[in-house]
Order: sequence, then C-alpha cells, then structure tokens
Amino acid sequence: MLSINDLHSQIDDKKILNGLSLEVNKGEVHAIMGPNGSGKSTLANVLAGRDGYDVTGGSVTYEGQDLLEMSPEERAWAGIFLAFQYPVEIPGVNNIYLLKAGVNAIRKSRGETELDAVEFLALVREKIKLVKMKEDFMSRGVNEGFSGGEKKRNEIFQMAVLEPKLAILDETDSGLDIDALKIVADGVNHLRNEERSIVLVTHYQRLLNYIVPDFVHVLANGRIIKSGGSELALQLEEQGYEQVMREAEAA
Amino acid sequence: MSTHAEDVESLVDKEYEHGFVTDIDSDTIEPGLNEEVISFISKKKNEPAWMLDYRLKAYRQWLKMEEPLWAHVDYEPIDYQSISYYSAPKSKDDMPKSLDEVDPKLLETYEKLGIPLHEQKMLAGVAVDAVFDSVSVATTFKSKLADAGVIFCSFSEAVQEHPELVQKYLGSVVPIADNYFSALNAAVFTDGSFCYIPKGVRCPMELSTYFRINASNTGQFERTLIVADEGSHVSYLEGCTAPMRDENQLHAAVVELIALDDAEIKYSTVQNWYPGDENGKGGIYNFVTKRGDCRGRNSKISWTQVETGSAITWKYPSSLLRGDNSVGEFYSVAVTNNYQQADTGTKMIHIGKNTSSTIISKGISARFAQNAYRGLVKISKGADNARNYTQCDSLLMGDKCGAHTFPYIEAKNSSAQVEHEATTSKIGDDQLFYCRQRGVSEEDAVNMIVNGFCKDVFKELPMEFAVEAQKLLGVTLEGAVG
Ligand SMILES: Nc1ncnc2c1ncn2[C@@H]1O[C@H](COP(=O)(O)OP(=O)(O)OP(=O)(O)O)[C@@H](O)[C@H]1O
Ligand SMILES: [Mg+2]
Repeated sequence: MLSINDLHSQIDDKKILNGLSLEVNKGEVHAIMGPNGSGKSTLANVLAGRDGYDVTGGSVTYEGQDLLEMSPEERAWAGIFLAFQYPVEIPGVNNIYLLKAGVNAIRKSRGETELDAVEFLALVREKIKLVKMKEDFMSRGVNEGFSGGEKKRNEIFQMAVLEPKLAILDETDSGLDIDALKIVADGVNHLRNEERSIVLVTHYQRLLNYIVPDFVHVLANGRIIKSGGSELALQLEEQGYEQVMREAEAA
Repeated sequence: MSTHAEDVESLVDKEYEHGFVTDIDSDTIEPGLNEEVISFISKKKNEPAWMLDYRLKAYRQWLKMEEPLWAHVDYEPIDYQSISYYSAPKSKDDMPKSLDEVDPKLLETYEKLGIPLHEQKMLAGVAVDAVFDSVSVATTFKSKLADAGVIFCSFSEAVQEHPELVQKYLGSVVPIADNYFSALNAAVFTDGSFCYIPKGVRCPMELSTYFRINASNTGQFERTLIVADEGSHVSYLEGCTAPMRDENQLHAAVVELIALDDAEIKYSTVQNWYPGDENGKGGIYNFVTKRGDCRGRNSKISWTQVETGSAITWKYPSSLLRGDNSVGEFYSVAVTNNYQQADTGTKMIHIGKNTSSTIISKGISARFAQNAYRGLVKISKGADNARNYTQCDSLLMGDKCGAHTFPYIEAKNSSAQVEHEATTSKIGDDQLFYCRQRGVSEEDAVNMIVNGFCKDVFKELPMEFAVEAQKLLGVTLEGAVG
C-alpha cells in the first residue's frame, strides 16, 4: 500500500531524511520509535504533503500512485490521515464544521453523495463516543482552548470520522493521562482492521502494550536503522537508543 | 452637538433669492456643480423651499471646506466639476434588455453567490416587468408596515409626505458642516431612505432597501434618515450583497439614526461596490458619513458592517451616547484585496451617565491592500461610569499588504473604564495545512479560516445576511493565497 524507497528530504539546507525506506502493507500496524530530532515528524509531514520540505531523492508510492506528486488534500482524498504531534488551533472555525467539509470533500472526490447536516450529525455523535469526549467539543472552535490531551483525543475523533486507509499518528500518546491513553488506544484498536494501515510514532513502549504493532522500526539520523517485531520495543525500553545506534553503525 | 433641525432652520442664510434660477429642462445635466445645479435638482424633485434652502446652505458651507487628507488612503484628487449631479432615473430603454448584455464577469460573481436568476436581473439593472414580482412583494410589505404605523419610504417621498418629520430630524445628527463629504451630500443628494417607527412599536420585519424598488437608482449621494421613537425597535439592512457596478466614481452617502428613550436601532450593512480591477484600476470611492444619536435614556444603536467592496472606503459609523444608560455597538469586518484601501472604524462619544460601548473590528488584507482601523472613544466630563470595550484584530494574507490601527481615547471623567485589545496575525501555513490534510481544498480552507476570524461580527448579522456575507468574503478573497 505504501512504499517508501531511499527517501531524502531537507529543510532549507538541513538534511533530515537520509535514505529512508519503509514498506507498509494493508492492515499492518507499524510503530516508529527514535530519538528526538531524528526525523519522525518530518517523515509524517512529507507523507502528508506539508510545504517546506524538499525531497531531494527517493520515491514514495501509495496505492500505485506517486504520492509526492499529490497535493495535501488529494492525499487526504486518497485516504491518508495524519494525527498531528501539535494540532493547531483555528479560532472561530467550528470543530465539526471543518470535519464536515473534509468528509464531504473526500466523498465528493470519490463520486459519493455528500452527507447532509442530519446524516453528518448522526455520524459524529456515534464516533465521538469512541474517544469519550463530550458533545460540546464538537461545536467549539477547532482545538480552540483544548487542553493538550483533549487535542490528541480530538485527532483520534477526526480519524474515526474520516475513516482513512492509512493513518499516521505522530505521538498521539504524548501528553495523555493514564485514562486518556487507554481511551485513545482503545479508539485506535477499534479502528484497526485488515483494510486499514497504521503508522504509529511514539516514544513509549507503554502505548505498544495497548496497541500491539506488527512491526517496530528505529529511526535515527533520518533513516530506519533497525526493524523488528513488537519485542524490539521492549529491548529499546531496556537498552535505550545508544546501543542500537552503535550496533547499526558497526554493521 | 445639539443642532436640532429648528436651530438649523434659523441658521439658514436667508439672503438667497429664489428668482434668479434659470430653468434647464433636460433630464441629465452637464457635469459641474454650482447653485443653479442645486436649484435644478431641487426643482426636479419638486421640493419645498426649506429643502432648497438647506441644500444651498450646505453648498456654500462646502465651498469653504477642504477635502480631508488624514485618512490612511491614497488617491488621485477628485474633480468635483467633472461629475454630473443629476441624472433622471434610467428609462427602461437604456437598461440592458437581457442578461446577455450584462458583463459576464459580474454574472459569474452572482453565480458564485448563489443569487437566483430573477434577482440577478434586478441587481444588474435589467429592465424587468413581470419576471420578478417585486412590486407585489413590496406592496405586501408596505401594507404590513402601515398596519404597524411604520413609515418606510424613499427620502423624496418623505419630503413630500412627511415634511414635519424630515424637517425636525434632518441634519440633527450629522450637521451640514460636519465634514467635507457630508456637506457635499447635503447639497446634492438625490434620494435615499426614510424610516420612522412610532412609539412603542416593534417593527414587524427587518427593513431592507432591497424591498424598496427604486433603491437601486438612488445614485451616488444617498441620504438615509431613521427615527425610532420612544420604546420602539427596528432592524435595518442596507446594501446589496452582490456587487453593483456603478459607473460613478464617488459615493458619498449620509446616514442619520435617532433613537429616543428606550428605543433600539440595529443597522446592518453589507457593502460590495465595485473594487476596481486586479491592477487597481477603477472602482468606487466610498466616502460615507454614518452617525447614530442615542438621544433618549436607555436607548441603543448597534452598527454591523461587512465591507468588502470599493476601491477606497472611508467610513466611521459612530454613536453619540447622549441618553443616560444608552448603549453603542460597532461590529465591523473590512476586507481589502489587490489594491483596495480601507480606512474605517467608529467613534463612540459618551455623554450621558452609565453609557457603554462595544467595538469589535476585524480587518483582513490580502495582496497589496491596506486596511486601517481608526477609532475614537471619547468620555465627556459628565459621563459618569462610562464603559468601553474595544477589540481590534487584523489578519494579513501575504507580506505586501498592511494593517494599521489608530485608536484614540479621550477620557475626561475619571470613573471611565476603557479597555482596548488589538492583535495582528498572519493566516497561518500550519492552519491551512491542517485543513487541507483533512481534505479541504486550499481555497475553502482560506475561506473557513477567514470566516472563523470574523465570526464575532457575523453572528451579529441577520441570518440570511450572514450567509451571504460569508460567500462574499470568499469571492473577494478568491486567489488571495497561493
Ligand atoms: N522548519 C524547520 N526548520 C529547520 N529545522 C527543522 C524544521 N523542522 C524540523 N527541523 C529539524 O529537523 C530535525 C527533525 O525534526 P523532526 O520534527 O522530524 O524530529 P522528530 O523525530 O519528530 O523529533 P521529536 O521526537 O522531538 O518529535 C530536527 O533537528 C529539527 O530541528
Ligand atoms: Mg516529532
């Protein structure tokens, strides 16, 4: 479904991704771990099509298409969803108004009929239960005045409504209290199925106890230096990144 | 500021001799402005002598005045002698016969605004007879209003039918000598709206110039006078939500509002005159004087405006809070794109005790446009416990446009509480990206963010107006990003 091959990317003259390769198949859950500043969010942003990143080499294919040629909205229409590490506030724009515009733009791009207000409301009422948020969050401004944890939950709520094919969750577990972490993890697990692929960026093994990944990758200095099963996360927790990075260098 | 009409009358220069005026009998007069032209206008409109006197006094005053230069706008000097000050309402023969004869660009805009075909025809000035049953619509409204005792008619009609009211209130809020453009308007205005709500009446519907059929021909110097008698209430909608192209360059209107004890006037404007092309060529100079007088106790005047059109907008809807406990409000969205310039804001003059005012101003600039907020909050000596809250936000799109804020505060009473907040922000790339990641196209995302920014003002507009104002914003800012 997603095939990243020898990807190089930089901001201004600063090289961030240095030959990153990753293969994600339908229905798989991949966890990406790695030190601060190693390029995890950069990868997520490049996949979602954010401006400002120069791709200087390599390729990304998504469902047979050249992903890098597509605009951010086209990628969203094609089923890519990014849960942001730092969700932005958009004052005055109603949370579900944005979501409705998104859902209908996506439906339209697929030749489906747009949802009317009643249908849409029924949909979001259903989905908001998944993240146990109060309904009044729906009508507040997008992330406006939300606490850090509420913003993260809102991202998962949006994912539930948009039903992406490929969801990239950038540190959605950071800043969540213990109960919220469980709620978010349950939400993600609920959305996990054979059709949907998930890329989880996280710093904490704890999340992976709840959402058990099929693969764990270590990203350091802009490339994947080690991959393994869910046991790799435990090893990292014990040994830290240093050891893995040394091993990788030696190899 | 107590120049009531009676005083105004007594001040009129009586030296003037009526006799010397020569008759001109064409329907449109040559460009130029002089006393003969003014007498001609007055005669054409079959006005009583007091009206002509008023005009001539204004003209003489105007001659002594200088055009203001302090607004944060820039334009070529206007040649007042090159304007024709009277042109009879267009006869049907001169109007476009069908929409095929109307500028396609204009129609495209109507399309985007979702304006029904029959209304498009009206707006574009197509000669319509039976297409849109505006006459009967208007008649239904008229009879409903008449039942409530509300007077709502053209200014010319009011001069004929209700001279005592016009004479009593005309110029009592915006005196002739108030400013250069108001003096010019007083001399040469050709028509406008008049509205009187009797004591204790809640006007049964929103009043709108739209429902007054001749409104589209009021021309460039309109005059509006609204009087809300004790305990009455009225909501008035002005303007047209579609861009009316106007061949004239200068638009200098005067609006006067008077609220007596316990009365409330809500005045909403959506202005979208022709802004000129992408290169700043053409467009309307919109120099408008709007002022409300909260003359009575517990009275309230609320201005809401959405300004998206015009090449230059120079406009400060203001409120005189004279009655004790009176309330003034000003909610404004001003959008400028390309080479548009806007210098707009308000004046809140606190005179009575316990008066309060709220100012919410949202300025949006894109491309090369300049947008200035200019506001005065004045607390007079006797205005005990006056309160004002001002919030002034600017949104910039791109880095060649500008936003400027000029707040003036004069407080002469130490019990006053005046609060001012101002912010300037750029439309954020991260906000845009967030929306696009959710599937919303860039253009829709810009609209959404801008509308969110304006929400505090839009929620003050009557429902249908708010919807159209949002669409209009979209049309105005089309292609402003990216
Ligand atoms: N706009 C930018 N301008 C300059 N450098 C940037 C920019 N964005 C990211 N970087 C740099 O790129 C590197 C990778 O950043 P990135 O956000 O991808 O790291 P990360 O792996 O997500 O880190 P964290 O775990 O802290 O979230 C960092 O050194 C960062 O400072
Ligand atoms: Mg990161």
